Order: sequence, then structure tokens, then C-alpha cells
Amino acid sequence: MSATLEIRNLHVSVEGKPILRGVNLTVRQGEIHALMGPNGSGKSTLSNTVMGHPAYEVTEGEILFDGVDIVGLEPDERSRLGLFLAFQYPVAIPGVTVANFLRHAINARRKAENPEDKGISIPEFRKLMMEKMETLRMDRSFAGRYLNDGFSGGEKKRAEILQMAVLEPKIAIMDETDSGLDIDALRIVAEGALTLHERIEMGILIITHYQRILNYIRPQVVHIMMDGRIVETGGPELVEHLEEHGYDWLREKQSNGA
Amino acid sequence: MTTRRRVAREFTPPPLTRADVEAVSKQYDEPIWLRQARLEAWAQYEALPMPTTQDEAWRRTDYRHIDWGSAGALLSPNGGAFDDIPPENRDPLLGEERGGLVAFVDGKPVHDEIGEVLAAQGVIFMDLRRAAREHADLVRAHLGTRAVPPDEGKFAALNAALWTHGVFLYVPRGVQAALPVHSVFYATHPGALIGRVLVVLEEGASVDFLHETLSPTLGADGSYIGVTELIVGDDARLRYVALQDWGLNVFEFSHQRARVGRDARLDWITGQMGGKFLKAFMEIELDGEGAWGRMSALYFPADTQFMDLDTQQNHNAPHTTSDLLFKGALKDHARSVWQGMIKALPGAQKTDGFQANRTMILSRGARSDSIPGLEIQANDVRCTHAAATGQIEDEVLYYLMSRGLPRAEAEKLVVDGFFVPVLDRIPFENVRERLLAHVERKLLGA
Repeated sequence: MSATLEIRNLHVSVEGKPILRGVNLTVRQGEIHALMGPNGSGKSTLSNTVMGHPAYEVTEGEILFDGVDIVGLEPDERSRLGLFLAFQYPVAIPGVTVANFLRHAINARRKAENPEDKGISIPEFRKLMMEKMETLRMDRSFAGRYLNDGFSGGEKKRAEILQMAVLEPKIAIMDETDSGLDIDALRIVAEGALTLHERIEMGILIITHYQRILNYIRPQVVHIMMDGRIVETGGPELVEHLEEHGYDWLREKQSNGA
Repeated sequence: MTTRRRVAREFTPPPLTRADVEAVSKQYDEPIWLRQARLEAWAQYEALPMPTTQDEAWRRTDYRHIDWGSAGALLSPNGGAFDDIPPENRDPLLGEERGGLVAFVDGKPVHDEIGEVLAAQGVIFMDLRRAAREHADLVRAHLGTRAVPPDEGKFAALNAALWTHGVFLYVPRGVQAALPVHSVFYATHPGALIGRVLVVLEEGASVDFLHETLSPTLGADGSYIGVTELIVGDDARLRYVALQDWGLNVFEFSHQRARVGRDARLDWITGQMGGKFLKAFMEIELDGEGAWGRMSALYFPADTQFMDLDTQQNHNAPHTTSDLLFKGALKDHARSVWQGMIKALPGAQKTDGFQANRTMILSRGARSDSIPGLEIQANDVRCTHAAATGQIEDEVLYYLMSRGLPRAEAEKLVVDGFFVPVLDRIPFENVRERLLAHVERKLLGA
């Protein structure tokens, strides 16, 4: 059965200040959606709210994953349902190696499914990790480095995709994964996501400001967010229209009450 | 207005007497010089005042809640045996081969063994009382003479007068001990446990040494009055790992000091986990030109545990290097104090001293104090310090949890990672694992 992330009339506040004001958005497994919009429109608020960041308070609406409201769930429970967020700003965890962390993440899933599980064997884990690192063209030494600690911007983004590749989510949100990447790194990261899309039908919601990444990961649906709402939804042609005309036409459209 | 009734509590000494000193000395049929040294130490003990919170080193460290009724009675062997020590604390350190193991239960020697390999190398590793008879010259020359003299303080004097057990490690000139050695002080009953560690490395010698002090939680207050002396000769190399895991009603008062000779290296790592109350003076004296000393600690008080680590890095010669890294996590209503001093004597040019104490507060009720200090009398030195206290940030937990780790596991991963720089300095894998397991138990415990 394919999973669906369904966001209904979502209102979210941060420290009492409303940020999202009625977002509706549905992403199904196997689909690719792009979410664009000017800075401060609420895109990252949406991604963090879906993942369960404690600072974001849902004041109205629902987030359904396979029909179940996940608003009350902890981030780890959401993750284990099959949601993934590739962070815009991944956090450094000094003293915890990439390998150690990935193994913990895999084992947390296995244990949730079967409390008796003893965890993935070391050889099996190594094989899996090396395989994924190879496809993302990461040096082997990467596994022994502390997670995101002293990583360059590009390394952090690659580490996010590595985690995604290992965890194999049903639906992934990629929050400005393209920012700070050069063209080669962008291609590798995009290919990594596309492979998952093709192989396990991972649904993707890709948040970006630029057309660049969408040339690799081609969305079927493009949404534009402004002032905490999705104000326009269309096909891929919308991306080009934005590149040419910016957001002003949408602002006008909004103020004309259309 | 309410009337406040104050219970007048004094900084009282334990109810020990000169007769106890004589009894201890007699009981073990000690050489005259040792008996003499004990009695002199007793005189010094009597002349010294009990430390109070008026003393700078004790300002944050009040022990008036100790029940000397139980904690001040000399612990006598209660029929405890080697098997009482938990197996993981007496397992070989590396594989099956053992360099040597000396273990005491309630002050009584229950295991006194040095392996053939080290014995053939001329290494001495044994019960200190036995060493005082069999290697009198060596012991007499170093016991309380160079590192921790009896007049160091009230508790050091008490120890010198009344120590009931100890371990002696001696590595002869130029000998690189092929295996690590291991000693254990274990208590099964409340009472006063008074022990010593004496390590002497001659010129060019080297060894790895693990010393453990521990007990289960006892039925009443207990105390450990300890003295540790590490004498590292010129060009020698000592790696000393000390683990403390007393039961939750043990008060520890200890003086620990290392003297490091020319071009010698001391790597001193301590794990402080147990006890109700801890006051440990840990000091490195860099006596010889080119000496290097590193002190690392991992400490994790929880519940209402109190730990005071008082360190000194003394640069007494030019071109000396010291490095201190302490890492503490605190939970529940635990408290920690670290006061650290780097001193450089007038002639100690080109010295490099660093100290950092970093703590992680895991509960709102926990508190840590860091008091770094520099006292520099040489003009061409580099001495710096850092102290930081933090919590696990919400962003970090959120990030880890978003990958499917339950909250408790995410916290554990962060704390483990926090301790890793110190853990990585411990050369024994099973010790690292034990410490991590301890951290886990503490984190998950209510």
C-alpha cells in the first residue's frame, strides 16, 4: 500500500505568532512535489511541523499520514512511520560518528518493529553503509567522522541524503537541500534522491528557491507558498514562470483577492 | 517572625585515636620505620585543623552531614573474599593475559598476583604492606616523601597514620612493562576505608595501570580516605586510569599527586561515577624540563551526589606542557565543583598549560561550578583555560529523534558523544564499555 501525507487546513504558531494559516497539501508515495516561495513564507515551518519540531504549535488543522493524524506524535514516531526530513541546517553531534549514528537509527527502527531484535549485525551494517556511501561518492573515511561536526555545507547535505538512503523513508521532505551545493554535488545528491524515488517509490516534497535542482528531480506538481498559505499549485511550467517573473504577479493576484 | 532553629554542626573529625594507629601497625607486624612514620603522621594529624568551608579549597564543599559514627570506624575485614568483587572489575584488561592484579576487600588483601611476564621484567606489583617488608628501601624512599607528605592536609595526615591497605607498583629503569596492571579496592561494609596507591617509575620505564575503587551501596555512611602518589622518573611514561564507583553513601576524601621528571610523560585519566560526596585533590607537578602531563576526567553525578575535583597543574621547570580536559554530566539534584589552577614558577619559561572543564546539565535541579585559575610567575609562557556549561539543546534532540531514535536514546547518544574525547584516552576497551554502560544506567534510571 502506498503512503500518503495529507496536510489539511494547517495553522501553526511559533511563540504565539501565527506562521502557517491554513495549508492544504497532499503528497503520495511515488509523487514528486516542489514547494517554492519567497523567504519567510513558511516553507521551513511547514517541514519542521510535519516532522514534529517542539517549537511549532499546531493551532488548527491536521497532518495525516496514511489517514492517521500524527500531530500528537513525537518526531521519532513520525520517522518510524516513514517520514523523513532532509534538514536545511543539519545539527552537529560531536563525538558521535556517522556510522555509529546510522547504526543507532537503523536499530531504533528494528527495535520498534520487534522489541526482541538484537540489532543489525556489524558486517551487514558495514556493507549497507559502504554501498550507500559509494553511490553518493563519499569517501570511506566519512563514516568515522563525527556527524556534521566540521562538515562543509556540501558534506552536510550529502550526509542528509546518506541518512535518507539508509532509512528508506516512504515520503521525504528535502528542505533546501540544494543550497550551498556546487553543480557536481547537486547532481550526486539529486541522483541519490531519484534512485530512492525509482526504487522504493519514495514520495518527495522538495523545498527550494531555484530551478536548478528541479532540472534533476522533476516535480509533477509545484506549489507556491506565500504568507503561510499555498497560493498557487500547478505543473512544472510554474517553475519557469517564476524564474522569469518572480513572485510579484502572485502578490498582485493576492491583493486583488483572486 | 519565625524563629529559626539552627542545629550547630561542627566540622568534626572521625572518632579515631593514637591507639588505633598503634593497633593497625601492630596488627600487621610492620617494620619500625613505618610504625614511626605513622606515629609522626598522627602527631601532624592532631596538629592540623579539620578543613571547614572557611578554607578556600573547601568553600563549596561541606561534609558536615557525614555520620562519622559509621563512616569513622576503621573498617575491619568482614570475611569478604575476592569473589565479592563484581566479575567485570576483576576481568583481565586485555584478552586473557594479565599483567598483574592486586585486590583488597574491606582493606584485606584477597588477591596479590603478578604475572610471569612482568615478574621476569623485574616489575614489582603487590600489596603495599608486603612491599614495606620485602622492598623496604624502595617503599621507604617514596612513601609520603615526595608526592603527598602527611602534612599536606588533615586527611592526608590521617591516611599516613592509619592506612590499612595499599598497592605498590615499581617499574625498574628502562623497563617497558609488556602488560598493564590492575588493582581494586572494594568495600562490602560501611566504615572508614583508608588506602594508598604508590607508583614509582624509574628513568625510562613505562607502564599502563588501572586502579579501581568501588563498593555497592552500603547500609550506612562509609568513607574512603585515600592517598595516591605517582612518581614518574626522567624519560618515563605512565598511563594511569583511576575509576571511582563507590556506593551512594560513601564520602571520599583523597589527595592524589604526580611528580613528573625530565622529558617524562604522564597520562592520567579518571572516571568518577559513584559516592555520595567526593573531595579529590588531583595535582601534577612537572618537575623536569620537557615534562608532559595530561589529566582527563569523566564524571557523572546523579541523584544528590556531590563531586568536588580540585586540580593543579604546576609547571616547575621550563618547556613543560600540561593539558587538562574534564567532562561532567549532571542529573537530578547532583552538584559538581571543579577548581583548577595552573601555576608556572619563575624559571618555568616556554611552558604550555591548558585546562578545560565542560559540563552538561541534564536536569533543572543539577548545578555545576567551574573555577579556573592561573598563577603565572614566568614571563614566556602560554597558559589558557576554558570552562563551559550547557544542556542538550532541543534542536539536537529533535534532529536525532527525526531519524527515529526515541528521546532517551537520543539523549544517551549525545551524552556518549560528549564523553568520547575523554573515553578515547582510556587504553582499555572493556573499561570504556563499562563506563558507557554506567552512563546508560544513570541516564535511564529515574
